[in-house]
Amino acid sequence: MSVKILGKSKGFYDTYERRPGSNKEQTHYCPGCGHGILHKMIAEALVDFEVAENMVFISPVGCSVFAYYYFNAGNIQAAHGRAPAVATGVKRALPESIVISYQGDGDLAAIGGNEILHAANRGESMTVFFVNNAIYGMTGGQMAPTTLIGQKTTTTPYGRTLQNEGYPIKMAEIIASLESPVYVERVMLADVRSKNAARKAVRKGIRNQIEKKGFSFIEVLSTCPTGWKMTAPQSEEWIKTTLVENFPLGVYKDIADQVEPLDLSSNLAPTERVPKLIGLEQDKMEFDTAAMKIAPQIDQEIKIAGFGGQGVLSLGVWLSEIGMREDLQVSWIPSYGPEMRGGTANCHVKLSRNNIGSPLVTHPTVLVAMNRPSLEKFEGDVVDGGAIVWDSSLIDVEPQRKDIRNIPVPATKIAKDLGNSRVSNVVLLGVMAGFSDFLDPLVVQRVLPLIFKKKHLLEINLIAFQKGLELGRELSD
Amino acid sequence: MAKQFVKGNEAIVKGAILAGCRAYYGYPITPASEIAHAAAQFMPLVGGTFLQAESEIAAINMVYGAAGTGIRAMTASSSPGFSLKQEGLSYLAGAELPCVVVDITRGGPGLGNIAPEQADYHQVVKGGGHGNYKNIVLAPNSAQEMCDLTMLAFDLADKYRNPAVVLADGFIGQMMEPVDFPEPVTEFAEKTWAVRGVDRDRMNLVSSIELDPDDLERHNQKLQQKYEIITNNDTRYEEYKLDDAEFVVVGYGIVSRLVHTAVNQLRDEGVKVGMLRPITLMPYPTKRLSELAALDRVKAFSVIELSNGQMVDDVRLAVNGAKPVEFYGRMGGNVPSIKELVHEIKRMMRVL
Repeated sequence: MSVKILGKSKGFYDTYERRPGSNKEQTHYCPGCGHGILHKMIAEALVDFEVAENMVFISPVGCSVFAYYYFNAGNIQAAHGRAPAVATGVKRALPESIVISYQGDGDLAAIGGNEILHAANRGESMTVFFVNNAIYGMTGGQMAPTTLIGQKTTTTPYGRTLQNEGYPIKMAEIIASLESPVYVERVMLADVRSKNAARKAVRKGIRNQIEKKGFSFIEVLSTCPTGWKMTAPQSEEWIKTTLVENFPLGVYKDIADQVEPLDLSSNLAPTERVPKLIGLEQDKMEFDTAAMKIAPQIDQEIKIAGFGGQGVLSLGVWLSEIGMREDLQVSWIPSYGPEMRGGTANCHVKLSRNNIGSPLVTHPTVLVAMNRPSLEKFEGDVVDGGAIVWDSSLIDVEPQRKDIRNIPVPATKIAKDLGNSRVSNVVLLGVMAGFSDFLDPLVVQRVLPLIFKKKHLLEINLIAFQKGLELGRELSD
Repeated sequence: MAKQFVKGNEAIVKGAILAGCRAYYGYPITPASEIAHAAAQFMPLVGGTFLQAESEIAAINMVYGAAGTGIRAMTASSSPGFSLKQEGLSYLAGAELPCVVVDITRGGPGLGNIAPEQADYHQVVKGGGHGNYKNIVLAPNSAQEMCDLTMLAFDLADKYRNPAVVLADGFIGQMMEPVDFPEPVTEFAEKTWAVRGVDRDRMNLVSSIELDPDDLERHNQKLQQKYEIITNNDTRYEEYKLDDAEFVVVGYGIVSRLVHTAVNQLRDEGVKVGMLRPITLMPYPTKRLSELAALDRVKAFSVIELSNGQMVDDVRLAVNGAKPVEFYGRMGGNVPSIKELVHEIKRMMRVL
């Protein structure tokens, strides 16, 4: 019987081949350290529940960084404090696995405070073992966030003070205050009785995960004879007399029986359905390219400017969409940087038969000005012989230049007469199709239904486009 | 498959999903947030995971966990957020985990601003985190490449078990262009090293610890050999009008689009100028630049960046003093006009 108890759990590797040196049989932990005891409880529970092969063990930074020497499982070693985030990535990818996130007090409660808080708050379906021995063991006995007031460590040589370091942090109480965790208990590894209670808690925390109940958190008050500069028996006594007074044992939360199992089933879409699911269906439009009149004589560089809310950016996008379906190279970019100041919006559109270099339009061939500041700001930039299309119902000045095509359009008035001032940008689109060679009205009329899916919106926009088209043709005569 | 008019930032997410990525972990930051928005919209539709993490640090560590299971996972951020991810990238590189990280560079240092810069070159291309590691770095210059190079990033990351970064800027992210989306990837090499919570993986370990100095040196040597293989096999660049060029302008990302136009104007004026655009920044087209520097007809190089001059160091190393290497940069989110570029290139080439 005693042989069986002392023998290795099948949850551990037969020999610890990853452990450096010649000793492949024993752990690297100091005599009297609690880690080995807790490791064994975890390994036994996993074997008993027949899930050992499904475990993914996340080891932290600290004395248990080498837990992967021992656990016969897939092991992932995490950066300091990040185990709960790593565990989140693992569990979301492998919902059927049993994810154990194992951390010490510095790892979990100091550098990893944020990660544990949010993993708990999301109710990640994992089991967290928090080994609290009130000290940094691995790095040489420094103060932990759980070090007691007055406790001497290598970084609190005169004892931790309230004034300098504040109170020790009580993680079980904090985690239990969150809504999502289903089970939070603090146990200790001090004597036979407390170890039995700890074993029970370990099993419950793992059982919860098997039953898909959510997030379980077991804080384990554990010994560190080396860090505490005590013998093993003294260490166990110190837990019982001192540590436990500051960190009361008990179940802080247990709603595992009251919650329904989480639905963790994978619903990955079959690959062949993916394009459709992300909106990449074949364009339904079929074009008789030969029937198109396009192929603009010169590449178009269009700047559209106005107030936010006038549909400035949308007009640019539609122009580009139409150009794309005319088999032109197109680019669109919204105003960026200093140009954004002053509450005006503008965008740059390029339509070209060749590859487009810079997407920026500094010297437009067509300026569409939808308010006065835009006309005044960009009029001087237009190329010789370029066009200025401007909303004459909103702008009360004329362009000054005589070397450009001046195309005043009462776009807002036309739109209002149609009952919706918001369609003024489509009126302007129609005008451009009417006077220019770079927009094919037939293509526009086939693209508009792709943009305006609602019937009443499509109708009014088609009328707005037609009005603009007629006006544009008159103006070009 | 389907041609769509989309923003560069959206093309990244659609490309990632077509490449088989089913996990996106991110934290909001301008001007990269649209990538998170698109991932939040599309990932659940294909049964993938989208999670807004509590921090950039948590996000990259979630990617570490997901990548450790062998699935294709990604995150995206912008400069200050990328700085926070450096810890995780060092661990990913050390543990040889494949993943894709997108950096939509903004103005710095510190909080800087949200306008486009290229000042993350050093922190992305030269490592940035601790240790002797490198990221694979791809620099798209169009919405199409935002899709294509994201997909390539996943392939290269898997092929070499190494983090791959798509380094872009706010301009390319915001720009809309037609994108021809390819068919989804259907074949993936098996990752026998992954930890998948099944019996056959019980000897697998994802870790970056090597306590023994000799072991750690061997591990580092192996990484350096890997970077050499990547350089030999997967260096990518584009040449524009270099066949008879006397002057070589080097620019990547959005700058290469501006230089393209400037080169055309200079050619119209009779200046024999061309462009070399690095598509991979790690590996860098060092060899090609050295070859060009050795040509008699090539008189000088000029490097244009939206930074204080970071990539120019790599051009200088490649040219190795054979020819003059000049630099012109803008900072703070300012982008040079074509007129300005033409003027500066002429000044640098001394043909004014």
